[in-house]
Amino acid sequence: MNKTLNQKAWFFVIPVFVLVAFNAVVPLMTVVNYSFQETFGSNVFAWEGTRWFKEILHSERFHASLGRQFIFTFIILLIQLPLGIAIALTMPKKGWGVPVCLILMSMPLLIPWNVVGAMWNIFALPEIGFLGNSLNSLGFDYNFTQQSGDAWFTTILMDVWHWTSLVVLLSYAGLNSIQPAYYQAAEIDGASRWDVFRYIELPKMKKVLTLAILLRFMDSFMIYTEPFVLTGGGPGNATNFLSLDLVKMALGQFDLGPAAAMSLIYFLIVLLICWVFYTLMMKDEGRT
Amino acid sequence: MSLELKNVEKKVGIETHIHSANLKLEKNTINVLLGSTLAGKTTLMQIMAGLDKPTSGEVWFNGENVTGKEVQKRNCSMVYQQFINYPNFTVFENIASPLKITGVNSKEIKERVGKVAELLKLSAMLNKKPDELSGGQQQRTALARALVKDSDLILLDEPLANLDFKLREELREELPKLFEDRDCIVVYATTEPLDALMIGGNTATLLKGKIIQYGKTLEVYNKPENLTSAKVFSDPPMNIAEINKSGDTFKLTDNNFQWKSAVKIKDGFYKIGIRPHNITTYKEGNNSVEINGKVLISELSGSESLIHFTNGNLNWVSLSNGIQQKNIGEDTKLYMNTDEFLYFDQNNRLVNHG
Repeated sequence: MNKTLNQKAWFFVIPVFVLVAFNAVVPLMTVVNYSFQETFGSNVFAWEGTRWFKEILHSERFHASLGRQFIFTFIILLIQLPLGIAIALTMPKKGWGVPVCLILMSMPLLIPWNVVGAMWNIFALPEIGFLGNSLNSLGFDYNFTQQSGDAWFTTILMDVWHWTSLVVLLSYAGLNSIQPAYYQAAEIDGASRWDVFRYIELPKMKKVLTLAILLRFMDSFMIYTEPFVLTGGGPGNATNFLSLDLVKMALGQFDLGPAAAMSLIYFLIVLLICWVFYTLMMKDEGRT
Repeated sequence: MSLELKNVEKKVGIETHIHSANLKLEKNTINVLLGSTLAGKTTLMQIMAGLDKPTSGEVWFNGENVTGKEVQKRNCSMVYQQFINYPNFTVFENIASPLKITGVNSKEIKERVGKVAELLKLSAMLNKKPDELSGGQQQRTALARALVKDSDLILLDEPLANLDFKLREELREELPKLFEDRDCIVVYATTEPLDALMIGGNTATLLKGKIIQYGKTLEVYNKPENLTSAKVFSDPPMNIAEINKSGDTFKLTDNNFQWKSAVKIKDGFYKIGIRPHNITTYKEGNNSVEINGKVLISELSGSESLIHFTNGNLNWVSLSNGIQQKNIGEDTKLYMNTDEFLYFDQNNRLVNHG
């Protein structure tokens, strides 16, 4: 059969092209532009080639903040995923408890990020904050503005408080989509609670959990606002995560070239990890 | 071996899901629970399996009171309307799963799974995962899992409902054969009268949580104890009308239509039930009566024609063989096979006639 050639359809794609160009391509290209040049303001540029990239990749400062970033993301994933799944498993499946739990769970997600940071800052202050004061009166030597261990502890606790709900809600949705007959069939088989979790619930939650891991990875790897308000990257450089460091370099020191190179490397790392992870997880999917 | 329900009742809150059910199922039988959705089929099965406890009454198995005994300690298996398999197990592992849990050695597992897989035509798919299979194959896997266990009680809860027409027919034909030489009681729940007829065995008709009638399938179909049972076991729905009999004259009280018949029942008022296939566009049987009808709807299925028609206040359905082209609003002649009429008394009980 002959198809009539009709190119009018392209017109419908134009709005998307324009939008994407303005919110993604143009800003990204500006950054690419900066990353290969040296500028001292007043629109004077000098070509530098790959110098900034080489510098960043060999800089110890970058290695350190990248390392901190990986450790942070790893820890919060390690806490939030099991915790989120565990909470979702214990949530009621019907009755008045469902809306109550769902609303309680959504609360932390609804609070603006810098408010979360400010809240936790006050909450954890060693002298007047409820958390800080309680810990100290219990005999712990706790001061997140002075001791790096405490700063890490507080930042992680804050992130767990803020974002575990997301994992809970996604897991809960996944669990709720399992038909009751699965549980009955397992019961008839004589399967244990662990078997039910391992062989029914976990495989059935695979897709939502993949999504949860991706979202939590991206968000935590790019975390900025909350630690900025809470610790400002301190004490010293203890909680100076990648995006905090980037902003310090770009706006604090006005090193636009290296900062641009760093953001591109940063962007590629996130992209690469997400892509590899997603491809691995979805290897067996797609067939129905 | 036998399964007996004694005055089993199930209440959830203020709602009664099962009204005092009494049922005795014998060894080596297939028993169909026939009823529309919410008739209580699934609840009844869950009570039989031990997945649910009756509010009152007892369940006896092999002369032992098993009310409240957990499902794991009974030897039963169940197949559902949805295709329930372990999602990341292969077909082999799925079929083997109930055996593994009970600790059967791997050599025997292999043998038994192989046998069942062959029976259900799954031998070529043992290494595939459920989501690589068609719906029919997924349900075959679930059936295989139920069969491999050598259960005393196999419960099938509308197992064919989610399959498309072709697969349903194919599997429906195989089902009775699968259970032929098995030492077990099979319970099969369905909403479709045709399923019950094709599977045979015994049938219990259910309506709103009550067991209406239980007996040999053909007997329940041919001699429904009462009007309710007849209605449940009729698809398309049965035509019902009130009649007045005096002498050999039978008269519909609604529209004065009358006919003569030699049926021997006392004079008086009755309800008649006429199955759609006993009203046809052609004469059938020796005692057919002609009736005029105005065509409301005519549906052709290829091998059969379903004609809805009115006559006075009546709004009836007829089912004829072959393609009977009728136009909407057309006046047509239909023939009722009076030999097949069912007569019910004022209490809706079937009247035996000679």
